[in-house]
Amino acid sequence: MGLTEFFFYLFASVAVLSASMVIVARNPVHAVLFLILTFFNAAALFVLLGAEFLAMLLVIVYVGAVAVLFLFVVMMLDIDFSELRAGFIKSAPLGASIGTLVLVELILVVGLSQFPSNIVGQPAAAIDINLTNTEAIGRVLYTKYLFIFQGAGLILLVSMIGAIVLTLHHKTGVKRQIISAQVARVPESAIEVVSLVPGQSIIPSRDEDGTA
Amino acid sequence: MSESFVTYAPMLPEFIIILGAIVLLMYGVFGSETQTEAVNVGWLSIIVLITATVALLWAVDGSQSLFLGAFKNDSFARFMKILAIAGSICALMLAFDDFSDHGIMKFEYPVLVMFATAGMMVMISAGDLIALYIGLELQSLALYVMAAYRRDSVRSSEAGLKYFVLGALSSGILLYGASLLYGFAGSTDFQVIANAAKGTDASVNLWLIFGLVFLMVGISFKISAVPFHMWTPDVYEGSATPVTAFFATAPKVAAIALLVRVSMSAFPGIAPQWQQIITFIAIASMLFGAFAAIGQTNIKRLMAYSSISNVGFALVGLAANTAEGVQGVLIYMSIYVVMTLGVFASIVCMRRDGQSLEDIHELSGLAKNNLPLAFGLMILMFSLAGIPPLVGFFAKYHVLLAAVQAELYGLAIFGVLASVIGAYYYLRIIKIMFFDDSRDPFQPVRFNPGVIILTSALLMLVGVTILGPFVDAALIAARTLTL
Repeated sequence: MGLTEFFFYLFASVAVLSASMVIVARNPVHAVLFLILTFFNAAALFVLLGAEFLAMLLVIVYVGAVAVLFLFVVMMLDIDFSELRAGFIKSAPLGASIGTLVLVELILVVGLSQFPSNIVGQPAAAIDINLTNTEAIGRVLYTKYLFIFQGAGLILLVSMIGAIVLTLHHKTGVKRQIISAQVARVPESAIEVVSLVPGQSIIPSRDEDGTA
Repeated sequence: MSESFVTYAPMLPEFIIILGAIVLLMYGVFGSETQTEAVNVGWLSIIVLITATVALLWAVDGSQSLFLGAFKNDSFARFMKILAIAGSICALMLAFDDFSDHGIMKFEYPVLVMFATAGMMVMISAGDLIALYIGLELQSLALYVMAAYRRDSVRSSEAGLKYFVLGALSSGILLYGASLLYGFAGSTDFQVIANAAKGTDASVNLWLIFGLVFLMVGISFKISAVPFHMWTPDVYEGSATPVTAFFATAPKVAAIALLVRVSMSAFPGIAPQWQQIITFIAIASMLFGAFAAIGQTNIKRLMAYSSISNVGFALVGLAANTAEGVQGVLIYMSIYVVMTLGVFASIVCMRRDGQSLEDIHELSGLAKNNLPLAFGLMILMFSLAGIPPLVGFFAKYHVLLAAVQAELYGLAIFGVLASVIGAYYYLRIIKIMFFDDSRDPFQPVRFNPGVIILTSALLMLVGVTILGPFVDAALIAARTLTL
């Protein structure tokens, strides 16, 4: 067994194990951390394949953004997980039996057929060995797949509009920060010199609610 | 320079809609936040959609293929795109008054409709698995938001969430199928998949079959065909009525067009394999839709089951796997869209004291209070039931004829049975309107829904006279796929 195979099986088995821990872990925060571990192992597999750009992308996007977002959601939402788990345990036998049934069917169907030795159609063209990953992706992304790339961009735009439509509330009667007013403030408008007569109280010259 | 413009001319309608949507988005963001301003954006977006239709009709003729086959423009695509845009325009028109009443008319709504329409057009033109998925997601994402659009209503939020979760599940299934097909053929292009599939014995190659089945299941979710229909009644009931009118028309057209194109152009060599699936789905949808609608008292749920049944009928044409069958699908979907828009326009008119009503018993004795509305709805219901000489009859006639010609007698018999069962609940609404005791009158019918009801009812009544050229156009469109 070569070094590459050794690392492949190492990363692959850790990935599968941590993926199952995502489901099994009792603490949802632990589950998210196991998810991050899975992502890291998948990224390592990409590196083994020579796809270092995708590996970095996986780490930056999935670990850096998606998983952290998951953590936020898990910690901020007030979900009673024990209650959820109670429902899970109640319907677990049914789910497990259906899952087993499907698994047996799949094994029977797929296991009894042989994997096609000759994949029909044409294999993907080999990438020029002198190109880096990023260059190779860039060359097709903006030429061959321009249409699809722009379509994906539109999907992101729609999801952004959707998130705003569904969540933005313009509340009235809320104090907002007016940066221009703060910046435009000069000493004369901010400080007031009051000459005090000994023994006399200071008469408040502005509103108590602090709007100024 | 000018040459490259000509090359991309087939995409002109998509360009117009997307550019229009982005410009209107900016206009809405920097404009004032009033209901009338939002309605203005709505009318402007209708103008953009009409411009796109004009571009669709006059920019190019014949068949073109762009981006190495990812985008196909042919008369089938043009036919379905016009239908989808028409559905979007009418659904938008229904939304203006209804949303303004509830104070929720926002400029984002027409923008979302435009993006959804652009997604549908990409779906209809898709000649590649990735383009298929991109179009589908662009459409679906906008639809999820629209389902939850009435965000202060729990039912609407529930509808949005349910639609989103099941939509994501179906997308996952579809993607899995697509990846299997890619593994099988080594390409995502429909043409390459078709060539690869032709040379193999489909009954042996399970990977091809698995990919095909998963792809079909994913699309069946989107057209809400039985057994992947369970989200439909809840989403239709929970969403605002104009949104439901949109769901029931344009996206169905796009997804059916997608299914037809995938089946006919990516898997012509293994037609018997997918014909089995489509035949089963068609029979199940027709019968289930017909039976389940009988017990419904909410008219939006009733229309949801009706749409499930109608999708089943449209699939009868696809199951035939002939040019006549595809012609039947095109005719069926066109007539279905017109009828459904009319019915939903009538549902929008069911208002009393500013409250939207959804129970079918609210319609009782409508004929005594508002004869024109009752008469229009009666024609639409008769047409949905498939009673000649209304146009709805010819929709069913063409798909069933195609099935008989393809010697799928069992399918045709089930179709006739389902149509008889379905007639019951359509006729029951007519009975309620004309023979039950009258209730308080509805608020007067407003201009937009009025125009839509009038147009669709008139088309159902006198459409027979213009059906000839229309049927020919559908045949020409169908031939571009089957050749």
